[in-house]
Amino acid sequence: MELRELYQEVILDHGKNPRNHRFPEPHNREGRGYNPLCGDKVTLRLQLDGDTITDVGFIGQGCAISQASCSTMTEAIKGKTLPEVEELFSMFHTMVTGDDGADDLLDALGKLAVFAGVREFPMRVKCATLGWHTLKQALRNEGGEATTE
Amino acid sequence: MTEVSPITVASSTALDVQRVREDFTALHQQVHGRPLVYLDSAATSLKPQSVIDAVAEVYARDCANIHRAVHLLSQRATDRYEQSREKVRAFLNAAKKTEIVFTRGTTESINLVAQSWGRTYLREGDEILVSELEHHSNIVPWQILCQQTGAKLVVVPMTDRGEVLREAFEQQLSERTRMVALAHVSNALGTVLPVAEMIELAHDRGALVLLDGAQAVSHVDVDVQALNGDFYVFSGHKLYGPTGIGALYAKERLLEGMPPYHGGGDMIRSVTFEETIYNDLPYKFEAGTPHIAGAIGLGAAIDYFVSFDRHAIHAHESSLLGYATEALESIPGLRLIGTAPSKVAVLSFLMDTAHPHDIGTIVDSEGVAIRTGHHCAQPVMEHFGVAATARASLGMYNTTDDIDALVAALGKVRELFG
Repeated sequence: MELRELYQEVILDHGKNPRNHRFPEPHNREGRGYNPLCGDKVTLRLQLDGDTITDVGFIGQGCAISQASCSTMTEAIKGKTLPEVEELFSMFHTMVTGDDGADDLLDALGKLAVFAGVREFPMRVKCATLGWHTLKQALRNEGGEATTE
Repeated sequence: MTEVSPITVASSTALDVQRVREDFTALHQQVHGRPLVYLDSAATSLKPQSVIDAVAEVYARDCANIHRAVHLLSQRATDRYEQSREKVRAFLNAAKKTEIVFTRGTTESINLVAQSWGRTYLREGDEILVSELEHHSNIVPWQILCQQTGAKLVVVPMTDRGEVLREAFEQQLSERTRMVALAHVSNALGTVLPVAEMIELAHDRGALVLLDGAQAVSHVDVDVQALNGDFYVFSGHKLYGPTGIGALYAKERLLEGMPPYHGGGDMIRSVTFEETIYNDLPYKFEAGTPHIAGAIGLGAAIDYFVSFDRHAIHAHESSLLGYATEALESIPGLRLIGTAPSKVAVLSFLMDTAHPHDIGTIVDSEGVAIRTGHHCAQPVMEHFGVAATARASLGMYNTTDDIDALVAALGKVRELFG
């Protein structure tokens, strides 16, 4: 397995310089995520107007994969409606877990397709999905903490 | 460079590491197309072929339950199981075989003491003393006990080098301290605690002492009578033995005063619905069919380990630690976590450009297996203000080539992450 397929330039860049690494004001949803296995933490806040995410940001600490995934996710979901976000998450999840049909999704996922290499590293899937699980929790607005376990 | 003092004096016979390596089949494989470099022995050590054979032989030949039937296979299994107990006794230099209880490992041993001794003897306001560098398995069982009894958990702080100093320890000891539970050697940092002194101080205050020897047994000399601690616990799988087996050593008079931990078969002398009379030590604490093959495998692991000069093993590992410390410290942006003057060959570290998990994945792709994460010691991580570290931990089969491979692999990390 070529390491570069996992650590693509986009991932390294977003890991080092995460976008939307701030809390948006105003915001009306918050989610907190934690991966107990490695200690990665993320707090995600967003503004939901109707069913559109008009602003989103996160503060987190963790590995390049988890932070880059949060960063690219915030870029991808800003301006999207809830059904669109749901669809993205489902496609992203299929891609990183390598489920059937993963390859057909790469075009639709756009920039998020850089995480396709994660499927070859099963131990790192949780890093890539932490932000997305946290988003789901924020949208459900359940309080508590999303974990990858 | 960090001061690294050898734990033991080198003996005249040096360890023949190449011979050792031949005994460990798992070393002779490729991962990701590269020869395996195994630097995760603090998580679990690899097993020599003699241990694997001993376990296989139990199932292939002496497959029977113990302490039960009169047939030959049961006799052989029982004999070998009990011989292993004797090997554990001799290895720890316990006074009596009856002081050795087989358990699933360190964690179960500590839970056994917490629940059996602790629930019997602790009262509200009593104190249990642990150190800041403990593994979760030497924290959580005591927290549960505190909830059950109203006892209080008191923590001895460590220094920024990862030491637990005598002075800090003395300060936290009080007239209310009933139990002192300490790692003999820290799993996350490698620190060797001055346990002999601590045991004396604790005894002066009337407290009992439990030592978590999980990381110690393969790296430092353990003589439970010389130490004079009250409980000593360890796992077989960090001593080149099988997983799922370990032991509790306890002074006989303490075991006698403790109720059974689990009820079931083998731990009884007679059972009626009105009354059950418990079996003698140590069987009172070994309910149900134990991990027979595991215990026999542990015996084989001890046979293997003591077939070498222990001081030669310690000297070899100590010299590797010095080599590795110097090599890692020469890498720009790398910081060692845990720099106590007295430590075993465990190197926890951080790199300023890469997170431990990324380090772990990258070095793995180079064939180098290290541990990354909080090492089941989150209070230690909190002390250093980090969520995780990367950790290379060495065993008797490691060489300077392994360290060189790690350093080269960390070069790949720097290539990718700058």
